[in-house]
Amino acid sequence: MFGYYLDLALRSLKRNKVLTALMVLAIAVGIGASMTTLTVMHLLSGDPLPGRSGSLFYPQVDSNPTPGNYKEPLDKLDYPTAMDILNAHLADRQTVVVDSPVKLRAPDTQLPPLIPSMLSTTSDFFAMFDVPFRYGGAWHAEDDDKHARVAVISSDLNAKLFNGANSVGRTLRLRDTDVRIVGVLAPWRPAPQFYTVAGGRFAAGKTADFYSKTQDVFTPFTSGLEINDGNFYQYTCWHPAPTPGHLQNAPCAWLGVWVQLNNPTKVAAFKRFLDGYAAQQHALGRVVRPQNTRLRSLMEWLDFNGVVPSDVRLQTWLAFAFLAICLFNTIGLLLAKFLRRSGEIGVRRALGASRGAIFAQCLVEAGIVGLLGGLGGLLLTLAGLWVVRSQPVAFADLAHLDGSMFLLTFALAIATSLVAGLLPAARASRVAPGLQLKTL
Amino acid sequence: MQIQPILAALRRHRLASLLIGLEIALACAVLCNACFLIANRVQDIHVQSGIDETSLASLKISGYEDSQSVDINARVTAGLRAIPGVQSVSVLNSIPFGERRGTSGITTDAEGQHLGGVIEFYLGGPGSAEALGLHVVAGRALQADDYQPFTGVFPSSAPVLMTRELAEHLWPGADPLGKPFWLDKWRYQVVGIIDHLVTPDPGMRGAGTSGWSVFVPGQPGPMLSGNYLIKAAPADIQRVLRDAREAIAIVAPDVVLDQQGTQTISDLREKFFQQDRVMTGMLVGVIVALLMVTALGIVGLASFWVQQRRKQIGIRRAIGATRHDILSYFQTENFLIVTGGIALGMVMAFALNLLLMKFYELPRLPLFYLPVGAVVLWALGQLAVLGPALKAAAVPPVVATRSV
Repeated sequence: MFGYYLDLALRSLKRNKVLTALMVLAIAVGIGASMTTLTVMHLLSGDPLPGRSGSLFYPQVDSNPTPGNYKEPLDKLDYPTAMDILNAHLADRQTVVVDSPVKLRAPDTQLPPLIPSMLSTTSDFFAMFDVPFRYGGAWHAEDDDKHARVAVISSDLNAKLFNGANSVGRTLRLRDTDVRIVGVLAPWRPAPQFYTVAGGRFAAGKTADFYSKTQDVFTPFTSGLEINDGNFYQYTCWHPAPTPGHLQNAPCAWLGVWVQLNNPTKVAAFKRFLDGYAAQQHALGRVVRPQNTRLRSLMEWLDFNGVVPSDVRLQTWLAFAFLAICLFNTIGLLLAKFLRRSGEIGVRRALGASRGAIFAQCLVEAGIVGLLGGLGGLLLTLAGLWVVRSQPVAFADLAHLDGSMFLLTFALAIATSLVAGLLPAARASRVAPGLQLKTL
Repeated sequence: MQIQPILAALRRHRLASLLIGLEIALACAVLCNACFLIANRVQDIHVQSGIDETSLASLKISGYEDSQSVDINARVTAGLRAIPGVQSVSVLNSIPFGERRGTSGITTDAEGQHLGGVIEFYLGGPGSAEALGLHVVAGRALQADDYQPFTGVFPSSAPVLMTRELAEHLWPGADPLGKPFWLDKWRYQVVGIIDHLVTPDPGMRGAGTSGWSVFVPGQPGPMLSGNYLIKAAPADIQRVLRDAREAIAIVAPDVVLDQQGTQTISDLREKFFQQDRVMTGMLVGVIVALLMVTALGIVGLASFWVQQRRKQIGIRRAIGATRHDILSYFQTENFLIVTGGIALGMVMAFALNLLLMKFYELPRLPLFYLPVGAVVLWALGQLAVLGPALKAAAVPPVVATRSV
């Protein structure tokens, strides 16, 4: 029976090529626009560490001593608070991150000096965030304590400096300090670059830069602070820093701490620790809002920062409004198409076809329109993503169609056309055979 | 024209009329709001900078120690000044549409109780105020001895130039000249009012703050070096900047030239608003596609109706209706459907605007967008229906006598 409907549908579609083309085009354009924006949304709002993000948390304590009724703690921590949380060693893993621009030379090469971004962190960083290595590995916990002059470099920097060869053991000069490369990362592109995300709620929705590539150089926190002393930037200061760029003893928030807590009991215990710490510091007069402690999970922290740029969200809404208009359009055109064949339907009904059969036949026809529209939509989606990739935004290189989005394109196209076909098909199946036969 | 029979006919086609009406309504809502978004973006893109944009370029270097900064400053400024066509070279920390290095909150009292807002401190060396082309509209311009050496992030006290916009915000209605303000314990005094100076990132810190800038004079030193403002005739500026990149490699081979920060101000402005331009282009594209799809929908359905009513049209023609009567029948019918759609669409446009206001901090939709949108959709409807209606008018009366 399905084969027969298919045959009827194809015949009917061929009979009026312009109308068919209009419907297919409307669905294709609607699907192309919505799938392009939906793919970008999907990429930007995704989990940067699937399977792991649930056990990662971003502790916050309000270390700003300025009195006032602030509802939220600062997005970063000052040095004493960060060190106290880190040195408590209460979590399964803990790390601190800060990035700064550093002058880099590779003595083995003839390349001019570069100013890449350096992430100063602890050895736990790599294990916590499941960072993949191409050569070598992370430094050890002792290296953090010993202020070891070691570094891990990104795959991009390794390609630029050493043409992608194994550079473990070679030397880099960071500012005036020689560091030994102990590890080279495999390509690693968390989106967003979640571990440095902060201040998103003050960015007026212009958050595309959260999707920048990772830093090129990673050094132990203790070594990084010494190597690049004077070149650190604060998130904010409540009084001007006495020595700009040297923030360890400055009244400034500039460090992000991440902890890994493997079960809810530990999460609750860690929150109690934070509250207790804030209360204790309140008693000492260093913290004025002890109630402002937070322990957001990775995804909660990204949500709180509204990492998906507002333009991207707006584009998605627009695209779906557009798809809705295309849908209404298709309903109208299908209705016209089906009812134009009222005579034919009347004959089929008179010859014994049930209402259900007519309904099914019409839906098959709508489904074919959807399939064709889906194909067109897929091409338009690929074209749309190509346009996104050519944009000068930090997330441009991420815009690719993955398998799930590929399937969703067709699912959405067929669903759209079936929804569009429901009403016209129902109408067509209610055509009274007698009336139609009389006028034939 | 009698409307009664048209309404009666539409009642027979409730579903199709409703669909077209809904499509028009949705189109109206999206059209009005998309146009409003475009207008907002265009307004952002054309923000006044208050500086002499076309003849300025910024050059940024880094990768040297603070102790070297005096020497680097001297070498770089001398090297840049030697380039033919350069009118002036000065040091400036923040660059409009470029790097932002002087954003800070200020208070209007020494105790730090009355927050004035988060503003931009343009910290510049001698000659930078003149190079920017700041217009002092009240008070005095800065003099040579206003530029003092300093060791902190900013001078701990200085006479400053303030934009009229910021002065009006801090001291509404009062004379701002001579008024002090504080950054923590550092005290600044307004000696001159300038008509405008845009912040480096207009629009990033809320509406109405794009002119919240002050110009602070200081002597180049460790905390004021590395960012240079080059002035040349607009026709020369690209060439001068190209020469400047080469000159840096010679006068300061040990520093790193920052490519992002080394551009003409016009290019920086272009890049700063690129995303807004892309978004504007996309909105225009959506509007065009939207109107086309809507028009095609009307054409499709109207053609169907014309074909369905061929016989009735023939009968009407046979009993005396003119072609014009038939034409105006379909036009009026379309007008009625579109009007219904617009009525609903205006409510939806308003609702959509409320949503945008909530989630995108957009201002309220000015009411004049609604009638403009309505006129556009009426015109679109009439244009779309014209083809099918003409076809209907061409139906000969003899159809009435056939196939009965």
